[in-house]
Amino acid sequence: MFHLMPYRDLPEDFEKRYHSVWVDPPWGELADPERVGQYYNWTLDELLYAARAGLDGVCTNEHHQNAYGFMPSPNIMGAYLAKATNGLPVAVIQMGSTPPTTNPPIRVAEEYAMLDCISGGRLIAGLPLGTAMDVNFCYGVPPIEQRERYREAHALILKAWTSREIFPWNGKYWKLPMVNLWPRPIQQPHPPVWLPGSASPTTWDMAIDNDHCYCYLSYYGWKWAQGMVDGYWERVEAKGKDRNPYRLGFLQLVAVSESDAKAEEEYSRHIEYFFHKCLHIFGGYVYPPGYHDWETLVHMLRRDAMDRRRVFQLGDKRYPDFVREGNVVAGSPATVRDHLKEAIRRLRVGNLMVLLHIGSMPHGLTLKNIDLFAREVLPALRPIWDDEGWENRWWPQRLLERRAAPAGAQAGRGG
Amino acid sequence: MSVPRAQDLQGLFLSVGGIRVSVKRAGDGPPLLYFHNAWGFQWDPFLQGLAQRYTLWAPELPGTGDSDPHDIFQVDSLWDLVVLLGDVVDALGVKGAALVGHSFGGMLAAEVAAHWPDRFRRLVLLAPLGLWRADLPITNWMALPPHQLPHPPFLVHDPSAPAVQAHLAALQEGDTSLARARRIWALGCSAKFWWPIPDRGLRKRLHRVRLPTLVIWGREDKVIPVGYAQEFVQALPQARALIVEGAGHLPHLERLDTVLPAVVDFLGGGDGGP
Repeated sequence: MFHLMPYRDLPEDFEKRYHSVWVDPPWGELADPERVGQYYNWTLDELLYAARAGLDGVCTNEHHQNAYGFMPSPNIMGAYLAKATNGLPVAVIQMGSTPPTTNPPIRVAEEYAMLDCISGGRLIAGLPLGTAMDVNFCYGVPPIEQRERYREAHALILKAWTSREIFPWNGKYWKLPMVNLWPRPIQQPHPPVWLPGSASPTTWDMAIDNDHCYCYLSYYGWKWAQGMVDGYWERVEAKGKDRNPYRLGFLQLVAVSESDAKAEEEYSRHIEYFFHKCLHIFGGYVYPPGYHDWETLVHMLRRDAMDRRRVFQLGDKRYPDFVREGNVVAGSPATVRDHLKEAIRRLRVGNLMVLLHIGSMPHGLTLKNIDLFAREVLPALRPIWDDEGWENRWWPQRLLERRAAPAGAQAGRGG
Repeated sequence: MSVPRAQDLQGLFLSVGGIRVSVKRAGDGPPLLYFHNAWGFQWDPFLQGLAQRYTLWAPELPGTGDSDPHDIFQVDSLWDLVVLLGDVVDALGVKGAALVGHSFGGMLAAEVAAHWPDRFRRLVLLAPLGLWRADLPITNWMALPPHQLPHPPFLVHDPSAPAVQAHLAALQEGDTSLARARRIWALGCSAKFWWPIPDRGLRKRLHRVRLPTLVIWGREDKVIPVGYAQEFVQALPQARALIVEGAGHLPHLERLDTVLPAVVDFLGGGDGGP
């Protein structure tokens, strides 16, 4: 289960009155720290509930100056989750600490090693490039440096985990005289690495070339993602790699209730809140010049894909539109099962991440959603790839062994 | 004399410190070095006017214009860039040149002049970037919705003015997706040297610019407020300001009739000058 931790009580006219949900939403007008404390506690409770309900992983992420997600340090959340899920067959998925803005980036390697040690080897290490909002506008990195910093930080983190010798790092952005990580992760040679992205071919290449899992974190759902994901799989094949579905992670909004009608009654306003308010992001913050590398920029301008957010007019759409277009998979357990099965097969996704808390969804309803998903939907999704016999090489080995032992054929999956 | 047109622009490449630097050349007369703004080099009526009197040399920021887009990754810091531009001046063999820069290019011109004041004769700064006052906010031209990229409406005071319309039409003439990518990429390349706050310590170095300097600013500049004109004049040893009424961030294009004669008058030395 993935959690963004949105502010659940933004004003009704938020998207009309305010410029952007990200970078410049005024704290003093919109937020109350007492309430935010409640959100953090609910968020942790919801993720823990999901872990106990049988989902395979709990997933936090890093954002800054953002009213739809304010876990500036996902590892603080992850530390609690790692400790509290000890004894459960659950991966702690950090999606994660952002290397280009962590100074020096071995801090990511250190904190992830801590989480891996605390959790007994259950960490999945997400290494995100980071959005322009977080990295450029909030943390001040020049957009054109972001990918270069990312590549350097990625190489440094992997070397810090795996090198047996103390080594000096003479990079362009970081210079460290004696890298000698304490602690090191339990998982060897290092925890599974997932690279979250938003469909940039450069990040695909980095994932494929380094044998990481690529995670497409789109909020627009599986139908919208098909073209992008097809591009990823074409790239995988072009590079001569196998079509192991666990090479791909995908984030999907999911809302389950007793019936389709009940789902609409219970979830529609929270889903509209998410798309109308949480995704009310000023267009000028999304792709500042230099954020895309040259090849991607040329590619996007040829296809005019940079204007795609304008085409996708969120404000005009309502719950039935979001369901019809697959932005959210919502309805009765049978409906959700059918749609997710189709989504998983069409996208060829092995590590499905589900966003089960959406927008303004209250705590009680979130628990219900988690509960129904775990009991009525997840069991039908688990065996989807079993007939093809793939191994999830991007999952903590101990969890795979543990699942394989008592339950027979069950393989670990994101959830 | 003949009026230099865009097609009279010559392009040359210099190999400087392992980087292939693109330089544009036009006109005839005493040497004038021009540093382009964040959008990359663009031929315009102001440069055309200068090229009637001077030999215009305009190096392109590595990564922009006709250079290899990836060359930006060979210039790691403002220090690298200033040294590179000094090497370009050496390689061109121009001595005692006039130095002119606009916006981001104005910041570079001030930096280069501060490092090597003896290599230049006079300095013209058109709405330069490079100083920062919290009470005079500078508009971030990198935060643009896609349909405003690369040229936002707030660049000029009056978008409907004929001179502005003509300039925009000239820009759109070659507006293929590749040309648009070039301009967007130029914004990204130049931001490497100013993002996120355009203050890389220039104020500490301006006292070294021992050159007669003309600081030109549009009264209605919505990008870098006109208040910065005084900041520059006070920090520079021999500077005066020309505030141009009815102009925004492109005073030399919006009020060519005022700015070109003022620059020529200040620089002198050309056929059309005093």
